[in-house]
Amino acid sequence: MLPQTGRWVHLHAPVEHPTDRADDGARRAERDSHPWYRDPVPIWLTEAEYNTLRAVCDALIPPDGDSPGAGEAGSADYIDTLLGAFSFDPPRIWAGGPTSGRAGGEACFGDFHHLSALDELAWRTRIEGSQGLAAREFNGPVTGYQQRYHEGLGRLGEDFPQAAPDERVVRLKADPEFLELVFGHVCEGMYGAPEYGGNHDTIGWRAIGFAGDVQPRGWTDQEVSAP
Amino acid sequence: MTVDAVIIGSGPGGSTAADVLTRAGWTVVIIEKGRNHLLDARDMTKPASDYSNDEIKFTNRRFLGPDPFLEPRTFRRGHDDGDHTHVGEVNSIPSTVGGGGTHADGKTPRFREVDFGMLSTFGPQPEAEVADWPLTYDDLEPWYAMVERAVGVAGTAGANPFAAPRSGPFPMPSGAPMYGATLSTAAAEKLGFHPYAAPTAANSVPYDGRPACNNCGFCAFLGCPIHAKGDPVALLTRTMATGRAELWPETFVSRIRTEGRRATGVDYIGPDGIERSMDARHVIVAGGAIETPRLLLLSRLGGALVGRYLMVHYQTIVVGVMPFDVHGDRGRAVTHVHDDAMIPDDLSRAAAREAGLPWLRGGMVEHGGGGMPVSEAKIYPWGAGHGATMRDSRMRRHLWAFIMQGEDLPYRTNTVDLDPTVRDVRGFPSPRITYRGGRHELAASAHHGPRLEAVLKEMGAVWTLRTSSPGGSFEGIRRRMIPESRHVIGTARMGVDPATSVVDPYGRLHDLDNVVIADSSVFPTASGYGPTLTLVALAARAAGALAGTAPEL
Repeated sequence: MLPQTGRWVHLHAPVEHPTDRADDGARRAERDSHPWYRDPVPIWLTEAEYNTLRAVCDALIPPDGDSPGAGEAGSADYIDTLLGAFSFDPPRIWAGGPTSGRAGGEACFGDFHHLSALDELAWRTRIEGSQGLAAREFNGPVTGYQQRYHEGLGRLGEDFPQAAPDERVVRLKADPEFLELVFGHVCEGMYGAPEYGGNHDTIGWRAIGFAGDVQPRGWTDQEVSAP
Repeated sequence: MTVDAVIIGSGPGGSTAADVLTRAGWTVVIIEKGRNHLLDARDMTKPASDYSNDEIKFTNRRFLGPDPFLEPRTFRRGHDDGDHTHVGEVNSIPSTVGGGGTHADGKTPRFREVDFGMLSTFGPQPEAEVADWPLTYDDLEPWYAMVERAVGVAGTAGANPFAAPRSGPFPMPSGAPMYGATLSTAAAEKLGFHPYAAPTAANSVPYDGRPACNNCGFCAFLGCPIHAKGDPVALLTRTMATGRAELWPETFVSRIRTEGRRATGVDYIGPDGIERSMDARHVIVAGGAIETPRLLLLSRLGGALVGRYLMVHYQTIVVGVMPFDVHGDRGRAVTHVHDDAMIPDDLSRAAAREAGLPWLRGGMVEHGGGGMPVSEAKIYPWGAGHGATMRDSRMRRHLWAFIMQGEDLPYRTNTVDLDPTVRDVRGFPSPRITYRGGRHELAASAHHGPRLEAVLKEMGAVWTLRTSSPGGSFEGIRRRMIPESRHVIGTARMGVDPATSVVDPYGRLHDLDNVVIADSSVFPTASGYGPTLTLVALAARAAGALAGTAPEL
């Protein structure tokens, strides 16, 4: 714990963290038994929001027979993990290094990095918003991902999963700012490392023939230079 | 405690200065505002294990910093834009122990003789203030040779017909050529260009106790998990092993303290948030060409030219989609380059005349592959077809690209100053970047782009695109006026005359006797080569001048 002194004491003033909205004992136990979300267990989203988000994922990157949709790949779980990152210790912001174990070496990606006080300030503000706290508003108020998802998914409506494909497109296009946010995160959840909650069993990488992280094996000189 | 030198910044310049000074017996404290993920925190003579092949961590979540929320920068093209048009990330080089060396893909070319004498060789340009450097290639060559050995550079002497003379071979042979580069170099040669294996700070063989690069491909913008990259890990571990250095991460220097013509030390804020001061006999500033002028401005030092003549390399980007897999994800991101765009020929002279300019120079052209899958996925339109488009992978597996690091000229109006309203997390004014490419840059890009496009077509491209940065972008081909280059240069130019420069030929501030700048801020002109090896050689030369040591040959 940092001393409560110095010119930027305001950075470290105790704040209420609203992250664990969806948390209770039973849910935490279930969540902790599924470190990379092999079974969807919403951390921060409500069940209804999660279902809407999963339908959004499949609207943005639909299954097509040869590739899974982003829903099956786990993009909703990636986003849910990001929104609830601070309900884990260390927070699930930066996966560990140097290797995942998928190409040899030890499985270290799951050992997420501890955050510094400033890292935590930045990521809590980015996720939770500034909430009127002086420490987070040195350049003005910030609307966090949690609020943007809560409101964005709300505007799409709880009936979004049941809406016809054309209607889903219409609703998504009606909210371009939210669409840009969620599409970026859906891509990250589909094609990022599985330890962040998405890309279940590397299904996204396998669908496109991407080897993923390759340390410590790497590529031989022959593999680099030959067709 | 009064140390011999406090070094502000642990990137290639600061770590080189630390290495030279500690080996000469000096005591130093290296202050770095970012976190330490390069060295083992329990034993800083050894590397850490924090880096990984992880696109999310490095590209999307900025593991190497700076976080644009904590340390925002602002941007505008000129006064007519008002205070700024953008707040957030601008030309960010990592804010972490090792600085920009940690994310670079390690291209480490030397400059050529002409790059030190642009004014006397080519003459002036309208609106720009082209200048000669107050030193020559020959002055710097021994330091180039020394730092190539210190960081570990692989290359092939004689491969580049335009290269300046070398006093010896590269420390290591070139590494394996990427498949795409074998094709693009053949096409380039057929059209009269002279590609060669890029001098690269990545081990092609085990070197200096570090392993050979194993071609993982997660090179540009990511830290090297096996420390085969010639980032400052070698310099910093060697520095720490002397026992004469301390390295303080997460510590921000807010002011250089002075008395008369001498600096007495610095004020800093540590990770506990508390403001303190320390005494030092010398102050070495190595924050890069944006943070260095910011600190000088916060300290009210350096005179009226501090922050002026910012250069970033005006990039011309030409991409081609090949009807075959170039597997650009294997290897060292860029294994080959060519310099022809920096060599005036009849075509470039004609293009200059047509543009009403006395001469045109482009820059080093990098031959490279596409990006990683998350970045690729965000390029394509969402909806039905996204999966098929990713499998087809025109923008990654089938993409080959040229990026010309075009020499941009020093304009007095391209600047770094303090933003009037935006602050960083510690309450200090953010740096504001004011930048607009000049007529020279636009004309050079327009001239060289089609010539590069022709090479990609010769290579077999079925689709090509030309763009530039600033001006365009890979990401959705949107117009983006903020330069994406991380080659920040200028802002504290070197010269003999205090009326036209900020530092002397050894990087020392004209108005203080014991403050030295050891980064690319001091370059009077940008050349079209990546700046790292040159700034490292200059830092070694400046530190050698302080300590009275000659280059180790």
